[in-house]
Amino acid sequence: MVKAVDKTKVPWWVANVIVPLVNLILALFVSGLFIFIAGENPYQALKLIIYGSFGYLEGFGYTLYYATNFIFTGLAFAVAFHCRLFNIGGEGQAYIGGLGVFLVGYYLTGFPISIVWILAIAGSMLFGAAWAAIPAYLQAYRGSHVVITTIMFNFIASALMVFLLVDVIRDTSQMGPHTVPLAEEQWFPMFREIAGWFGMKVGYSPLNITFLLSILVSLGVWFLIWRTKWGYEMRAVGHNTQAAIYAGISPQRNIILAMLISGALAGMLGVNEILGVHHEVMVNFPAGYGFTGIAVALMGRNHPIGIFLAAILFGMLYQGGSEVTFDMPNITRYMFVAVQGVIILFSGALENLFRPQIEYFFVSKLKEREA
Amino acid sequence: MVSQPILELQNINKSFGHVQANKNVSVIVNKGDIYGIIGENGAGKSTLMSIVFGYYRADSGIIKINNNTIDIKSPHQSILSGIGMVHQHFMLVETFTVLENIILGFEGEFIFGEKLKEAKKNLEKLCKDYNLQIDLDATISDLSVGFRQRVEILKALYRQAEILILDEPTGVLTPQEVDELFKILRSLKKEGKTIILITHKLNEIMNLTNKVTVMRQGEIVGERNTQDTSKEELAEMMVGRSVLLRVEKQKAKIGEVVLEINNISVKDDLDVMRVKKVSFKLKKGEILGLAGVTGNGQTELLEALTGIRKIESGEIKLEGTTISSNSHFSNPRELREKDVAHVPEDRQRMGLVTEFNASENIIFGYHHKPPFSNSSIMMGSNIFNHSNAIMKEYDVRPISPFLKTSNFSGGNQQKIILSRELNKDPKVLLVGQPTRGVDIGAIEFIHQRIIDMRNKGAAILLVSVELDEILSLSDRIVIMFDGSLVGEKINENVTDREVGLLMAGITN
Repeated sequence: MVKAVDKTKVPWWVANVIVPLVNLILALFVSGLFIFIAGENPYQALKLIIYGSFGYLEGFGYTLYYATNFIFTGLAFAVAFHCRLFNIGGEGQAYIGGLGVFLVGYYLTGFPISIVWILAIAGSMLFGAAWAAIPAYLQAYRGSHVVITTIMFNFIASALMVFLLVDVIRDTSQMGPHTVPLAEEQWFPMFREIAGWFGMKVGYSPLNITFLLSILVSLGVWFLIWRTKWGYEMRAVGHNTQAAIYAGISPQRNIILAMLISGALAGMLGVNEILGVHHEVMVNFPAGYGFTGIAVALMGRNHPIGIFLAAILFGMLYQGGSEVTFDMPNITRYMFVAVQGVIILFSGALENLFRPQIEYFFVSKLKEREA
Repeated sequence: MVSQPILELQNINKSFGHVQANKNVSVIVNKGDIYGIIGENGAGKSTLMSIVFGYYRADSGIIKINNNTIDIKSPHQSILSGIGMVHQHFMLVETFTVLENIILGFEGEFIFGEKLKEAKKNLEKLCKDYNLQIDLDATISDLSVGFRQRVEILKALYRQAEILILDEPTGVLTPQEVDELFKILRSLKKEGKTIILITHKLNEIMNLTNKVTVMRQGEIVGERNTQDTSKEELAEMMVGRSVLLRVEKQKAKIGEVVLEINNISVKDDLDVMRVKKVSFKLKKGEILGLAGVTGNGQTELLEALTGIRKIESGEIKLEGTTISSNSHFSNPRELREKDVAHVPEDRQRMGLVTEFNASENIIFGYHHKPPFSNSSIMMGSNIFNHSNAIMKEYDVRPISPFLKTSNFSGGNQQKIILSRELNKDPKVLLVGQPTRGVDIGAIEFIHQRIIDMRNKGAAILLVSVELDEILSLSDRIVIMFDGSLVGEKINENVTDREVGLLMAGITN
């Protein structure tokens, strides 16, 4: 048994840097064991992951493209969580958000590009928020738990979109359940096009300017949570609803507000996928990013900086992982799902496993130095 | 009949942190007694019985049952030793039937069969023996509170309890249900069971028990045979006559009426009427003390006055205009904007967001207006400067506006709330338990601040269960009992005994 440490004496960098880092290293070590058992060299696998995700421009582009999606869905989860709402519905909100992007683009074909882009982003947010609105209302005024309702709304979104894509907005000139592509001038500039403007030749990756948008949005979320009245009131409701009522803050209003903002952020995944990469809506384009966003937010401790770093890490695993499965025949795609699971386990569920020991170690070391 | 001790407690000690909940407590309960333990909330009665029932372990002391010393480590062991407990909040699974609840943990076999039928037969016999009318197949959620309590009693009897502990059993019952309960308890006594009754209600003690022990601040003040004592004596023992910390204060300059409460009634969350047609007036420049044993409606009254709880009937007037009635009520924000400040009774549950840093709590409730925020953005430097200044003024230690509030001591957390609520020179100040769990130094400081506010002309309502506090601060005292005001006294030569009797509901 390690004695409890006086929390005020723990330096911030121990709690927020050292502990997550130790957890990550442990997770990688356990993952290495998996790879070893599967009959491959873990060291080589790690090298491949790092090379695959950072070693060359196209791979790096993929890493950042995945990270863009995780930033949006991670931030979405985090905003709701600051109001102690478990928004599991990022997947469905993103799906519907994509529909918003497409409809704006489709009906405004021929309009000035800047207007289309701004309205398409607004459309993604509006549709995402709308999809979170009913669960939000039910939680605020009827007490139906958002975990249940948002999960249900994921299924409803999925069914609704299949219906729309098959029967209503399908590209009738083709067999697949997807829409017509948006007009080419509406597409977001790709990273390689931008590099091309500066005379660099880069191969294909889906990275586009949405990545920059995601960084702006991260700053915006930080500002919202810690510098605005809305953020202050949402956090008050999240931490202590009784006290919020005492202070004249309406829990209902803030529950709805937090869920709408959360839905809007999840919806922005549609910007990256539709304006940035596919240019059309297809069945199940959110592909689980909404769910992985929950892990990203938990690992990033619901702080935009943490979420950014965790998103890059998960982008790295997605991209590097596919390189490994390509080069190492004994390692399947599912192996990397397991690796992600181990990371989530160590940095989420077992987050406090070694925290007391680590904090105790540093606090006593610091005391020695002072003495 | 020669009485023989069935339960003996010797020198029980128990501390929670700095607070000693039980101090050298020794009790002997004889077989066949209805034994009362009486005392104010926080006197240590429940702690003592929790030790007997195995929820807590005593720091030191001996427990003997039938003259055998036993070390009770868990409720399970306590049940096996023949102790049953009926809690204030029932421990029943609402969706199960009576029968399922009673056999819970004692099912006997993996698949219900013969044992279940046997249990049912035994229970039916028990019901008949003790005259407990319960439908064993009814679902708990369909039963009234009184019946649920009977299920708890039956549960204890089924587990062969010889000693039955009841913790504030009448708190949630209607008068008719109380009569029924007393009948049941008397018939249990006749069958030779021993009953320990924990309560703060004198009538119950006088009605039911044959022996009574009074506890105050963790200690036993005295033991009496019920027939040899009186309500008055017990009330005096409960309230005690500790040395008063009279605060220096000049004569009040009382002005016009600021807050007028007319006939208001208020319900609690369980829809029970807790405040019954209460009226009083609060004047400029006075401290009105509201005395009463916890749970007599003070909390609900305070919450109604501050807009947290709505009123069922009656009206509240501020400077002559109605601010709340049953059709319209002002919410906490509106009241704050009308210069009504509120120091809530429970600082951790209501007064603070303990995860916030100190500066965020210093503006809590006032955060929505300049200088702390404009239409949407919080003004960080204004908040910081204000916090720094006010923490110095109110001697909050340490002066670190960015330190998380849960890292401050109880006294300093309370100072954070006071600094926030007193700072704006409110017209009306509603204060609940201002010094609960606060050390002596801080108590003096807080009392001085409240008196300063009165001298500046604020109208102050002080709600406290500490009679000393009421007596030393108030200019006028009203006493609340069972939802009604049962007395009013100008605080000149008032004795704690007079007020104590009223607090216990003795009005003649």
